[in-house]
Amino acid sequence: MLHVVKVTCTGLLVFVFALAAVPARAQDPQADLRAQIEQLRQQLQALQEKVTQLEAAAGQRPAAGAEPAQPPATPPQPAVAAPQPAPPEPVQTPPGGGAPLTSKVFNPDMAVIGNFIGAAGNNSIEPMPALKLNEAEVSFQAVVDPYARADFFLSASPEGLEVEEGFVTFPTLPGGVLMKVGKMKAQFGKVNTMHGHVLPWVDEPLAMRNLLGGDEGLNDSGISISKLIVNPVLFLEATGEIYDGENDVFKSYKRSDLTYVGRVRGYRDVTESTNLDVGTSFAYGHNDADPEATTKLYGVDATFRYRPLQQSLYKRALLRTELFWSHRQQPIGDAKAFGAYVSGEYQLTRRLFGGARYDWSERAYDASLKDNGGSVLLTFWPSEFSQIRGQYRRNRYAEGVTANEFLFQFLFSIGAHGAHVF
Amino acid sequence: MKNASFVVAGVLAAVLGSAFPARAAGLSVVTTTQDLESLVKEVGGDKVQTDSLAKGYQDPHQVEPKPSFILKLNKADLLVAVGRELEIGWLPPLVNQARNPRIHPGGDRYLDASLSAHILEIPTGQITRAMGDVHPQGNPHYWLSPENGRLIAKAIQQKLSEISPGDAAYFAQRYGDFDKRLAEAEKRWKAAMAPYKGTKIVTYHRSWPNFVETFGLNVVGYVEPKPGIPPSPSHTFELTQEMKKDNVKIIIIEPYFDSKTPNAIGRDTGAQVVTLAPSVGGAKGANVGDYLALFDYDVNMLVAAFKAAGVKPGA
Repeated sequence: MLHVVKVTCTGLLVFVFALAAVPARAQDPQADLRAQIEQLRQQLQALQEKVTQLEAAAGQRPAAGAEPAQPPATPPQPAVAAPQPAPPEPVQTPPGGGAPLTSKVFNPDMAVIGNFIGAAGNNSIEPMPALKLNEAEVSFQAVVDPYARADFFLSASPEGLEVEEGFVTFPTLPGGVLMKVGKMKAQFGKVNTMHGHVLPWVDEPLAMRNLLGGDEGLNDSGISISKLIVNPVLFLEATGEIYDGENDVFKSYKRSDLTYVGRVRGYRDVTESTNLDVGTSFAYGHNDADPEATTKLYGVDATFRYRPLQQSLYKRALLRTELFWSHRQQPIGDAKAFGAYVSGEYQLTRRLFGGARYDWSERAYDASLKDNGGSVLLTFWPSEFSQIRGQYRRNRYAEGVTANEFLFQFLFSIGAHGAHVF
Repeated sequence: MKNASFVVAGVLAAVLGSAFPARAAGLSVVTTTQDLESLVKEVGGDKVQTDSLAKGYQDPHQVEPKPSFILKLNKADLLVAVGRELEIGWLPPLVNQARNPRIHPGGDRYLDASLSAHILEIPTGQITRAMGDVHPQGNPHYWLSPENGRLIAKAIQQKLSEISPGDAAYFAQRYGDFDKRLAEAEKRWKAAMAPYKGTKIVTYHRSWPNFVETFGLNVVGYVEPKPGIPPSPSHTFELTQEMKKDNVKIIIIEPYFDSKTPNAIGRDTGAQVVTLAPSVGGAKGANVGDYLALFDYDVNMLVAAFKAAGVKPGA
């Protein structure tokens, strides 16, 4: 096959040169000739691309470990050295169409993000190891077919390997509906939807731990449907979700014990540099206290962002609060608990960020137990693919224990990790 | 459970009760940058309504994927993107949430402007992130050459004609007119820059390969040690020594980079620091409102900087 294509290419090339060498005759024939040459040029280019693809495919057949099909004499070259000589015709290389990339054009985007954390100081209530590779998140993301895309996030940690999220999204449904099916983080508030590596802190807020099930949060298998409510005033999105009912907050005793989640989110640009993002969330399901007992969760979140466009590399600020209410039925009496946090981030220089957080939260199963605490943080980004963070945390727990700790974190990413939703 | 039913019913009512907005006259074309928006206006005239997501004075690599952009994309009849992974950090989540399948890459209402352009600096060997934030599909700042402006406009003309065949003659006439004005302007720009052909310059980021190729300038160094990596003291020192040795008198920076380091290098070497507009709308308060004005502005600024720096024509 390769030989046939090469012969065809050579023949076409000879034909093109032959045509180009034909002396001009009259105006119309010249125009025809030019059109033919252009047509042949395009055909030749298509064939050349085919040859490249076949060569790349052929170059992969040898045993694993063989060098990829690349020009052997070409030294590694930054994408940016001195301008290369201009080709005679505009380059029509499609994205991803370079020889080294052709063989993996249908592979998903793959990335691994390492999340290494450490702790110093004393904390008998929430003990953390001194040093720990807390998580290696492996992601695979790609378009499935013209109707769907898929995202998988596997989380490897000292506790084992699990599917943190794995869902298919149907962005082409009629009526402006976006549907997701699979295991995913429920659209409840802000922090619950975030992966560990995008949190602006080393840990989670106390309210997340006490009321939303800790670092896993509301994360379950289910179906999510959301729709834009198009209006001239603001971005408004309504989301309704149904889950299997098995996570750190809810429990399913029988098939019909599902968890229901609803969220309405509003967003508006205040100026070109500032915006306001507010949301309200609800979740309902059975809990682990008793087969008949249920938990209702209510949440309100608000985020204010500032980032001047022209100085967006150097200046940004974010102020966020989330409030949660939990109403948990249990045989010993219902518990109505409240928790909240307020957090601020400020960019100090291009690669340095400061932050602070205040926590206050009752515990879901006994609202008389109240925890509170505060943190200050400093984050350094060597590049957009790595991050070093230090956090001083002082928590006062309901048990009467005050914990002073220094937490630190190294985040590092390799591969192509898809951009996160705003 | 009753409360849950009310909330779910409320969400459903909100979903089902959403109103659809009235459509504006003409095709709604959303572009990722103002350069592309300007070229769409040139070709589309009053048959299109345009909107650009990024502003010309912001770094196009670092745009925030704001939900307000989702609304624009939701209503778009056509999305025109720069491509070559310039928007990889922010456009995919917007398109995925836009509920507008036709503007997805591969859809009939998505135009990757780079496919018809002359792309430079396509890596031919192994690349890693040790080289900084490299673009594996070539330098995405390709719109900064008039020839590419012409090729992009042609691709836009073809796409608009495909979407609205009844207006094909109108788009062809508008393209022809733009092509003519661009050719005249190009002669003017090249004449102004001709005396400085071969002049050695330094730029902050690698935003200008197509521009310097067009006008025959010679980039001998960058303020960034590697693409996307902020200047380091050691690199700045080496660059300063290199500039002194080569007698480099011009440093070009983009408006969204901090000018502190370039200014320090300028003071040390006697070079002029000139802030050019890398995009339409890239200089606040100046007339950089369209694609032709962009080159007028940049060429005038550069020629003035060459003169101020004492660069001798033909040197």
